[in-house]
Amino acid sequence: MAVALLVALHAAILLAGVLAPYPYAEQHRDFPYAPPTGIHFAGLRPFADAGHRYPVRFFVRGRLFGVDPPGVLFLCGSDGLGRDVFSRLLYGGQVSLFTGLLATVVSLSLALVLGAGAGFFGGWTDRILMRSGELTMAVPWLYLLLGVRAFLPLHIGTGEAFLLLIAIIGGIGWARPARLVRGVALSGREEPFVLAARGFGGSSFYLLRRHVMPLAWPVLVTQATILAPQYVMAEVTLSFLGLGIGEPVPSWGNMLAEARQYYAIVSHPWLLAPGLAVIPFLLVYLRIADGLLQKRR
Amino acid sequence: MKFLAGRILHSLFLLAGVSLLCFLFAALAPGDYFAELRMDPTVSNQTIAGLRARAGMDRPFLARYGAWAASALRGEFGYSLAYGAPAGPIVGERIGATLLLTGTATLLAWLLAVPWGVWSAARRGAWLDGISRAILALLLAVPDLLLAIVFLALAVETGSFPAGGMVSRDFSSLGAAAKLRDAAWHMALPVAVLVLGMFPVLARHVRASVAEALDSPFVLSARANGIGERRLLFRHALPAALNPLISLFGISVGTLLSASLLVEVVMGWPGLGPLFLEAIMARDFAIVLAVVMLSTVFLIAGNLLADLLLYRADPRIRVRS
Repeated sequence: MAVALLVALHAAILLAGVLAPYPYAEQHRDFPYAPPTGIHFAGLRPFADAGHRYPVRFFVRGRLFGVDPPGVLFLCGSDGLGRDVFSRLLYGGQVSLFTGLLATVVSLSLALVLGAGAGFFGGWTDRILMRSGELTMAVPWLYLLLGVRAFLPLHIGTGEAFLLLIAIIGGIGWARPARLVRGVALSGREEPFVLAARGFGGSSFYLLRRHVMPLAWPVLVTQATILAPQYVMAEVTLSFLGLGIGEPVPSWGNMLAEARQYYAIVSHPWLLAPGLAVIPFLLVYLRIADGLLQKRR
Repeated sequence: MKFLAGRILHSLFLLAGVSLLCFLFAALAPGDYFAELRMDPTVSNQTIAGLRARAGMDRPFLARYGAWAASALRGEFGYSLAYGAPAGPIVGERIGATLLLTGTATLLAWLLAVPWGVWSAARRGAWLDGISRAILALLLAVPDLLLAIVFLALAVETGSFPAGGMVSRDFSSLGAAAKLRDAAWHMALPVAVLVLGMFPVLARHVRASVAEALDSPFVLSARANGIGERRLLFRHALPAALNPLISLFGISVGTLLSASLLVEVVMGWPGLGPLFLEAIMARDFAIVLAVVMLSTVFLIAGNLLADLLLYRADPRIRVRS
């Protein structure tokens, strides 16, 4: 159930180009801070109601739904520049989720290679890797994130910022999962089938790749469900603070930053939508992580 | 005693390692405090080179690290170029405000979480436990950021709470009792956000570890001996469930400086958070390093505290070491 929901949520974000009625940067200058458009039904046919009634058309201009101009359709209202919040929510989700998920992949790949290497080879490799892991874990996570970000250039293009965020978020979180992978590798290298393969002349590298690393899969999957939401929130936080993805490309973080002026949200509460959009994702991930942890116990 | 010495030594090594790593990172960073000045056509390269030399930026890495480490030991943590003063005292001024906020919130969160977790572990499988778990999961999924913004908006909307700041403008003219009330009034919302953020994590851990203890044979035998439910929970199950909770408590203490960064920034609390963020924007690395190092000291100290408490609480650890 939870997995199906997770897939559905991600699919919705992935299909932003079809689901969203407008491109993310399209401005409707006559409609700054427009409240969510009311949808009414005449029989079964929906109308967008903003003073005048415009029929909602499906499959127009390569998108799932929309209304003909001069009518507008803002499901979650519009922001100060007259951009559709709902559309930006979907496109922003692409940025936020992909940053989080790719960072998770980076983190877990590092954890797999370093953790398995440390556990399998032992000795000095192990000691150096695990000590350096401890160093990253000794600094509070948010401060480490911001600190590393602080030492890198502040004003950069969106594409660079995207890659930079993935590298930072993914690069500093490897230590904890690496520890778990190390434990698996430590016990894995004594397994009879690994010893047998070694007896047949398998090289260390082959043993590591073919026999030890696959043992770590369950750990990695569980860790992924724990890390992914944390990393999505890391992107949201950084972009919110102005250290991540910049305008006009939306991300949930920089959209929320607009809601930071409290006078703005008192009169335009729909600007909180990106913050609310995070909740179902976190809930579903939490549910899956709980289930996986329980199964392994 | 040997255990204690070993742990402290390990912590010191860790701290030295983190400081070296942080400093290395700062040294490798492209751009510095004078980056903006360099864009100014009226400022010559020589002036900037002179300024850099005066700030000691042209010396070799190890010399700079040595000087910085010495000043960190004096509590100065280098020289903040933006403030024109040693970084340590500037950061020190803000620590009090942050600790006031997080200390209160951590205390409240623990006071709430322990009874809640124990209570819900005792009713495992019942519908009330189901509801409590749903509430905790929901709270866990609501980002602190959103909570802080919403609370701030509510404060503005209703006008019954101050929107940001730590004290009112006329604070210094108030009497002692009024001062206390004023500060508490300003603290209420940020603390509430922090408690709502910490509490579900703690309560879930308490519930899990107490539930595990309740499954053990000694609880069954205690129950068979006719020991009452409350005594069973708090005198038998809770102490047995203490180990993971002590570790968690160590983390709680360790994150006292870092837990409230976002809340402080959003709600305008004059703690470490806003200072840190401003320093990042201004590329004032001395302050950034000082804040990172101090929060690291706290985290390491928290873990050390947890180790010591574990040593006291669990005889098995004493035997092993």
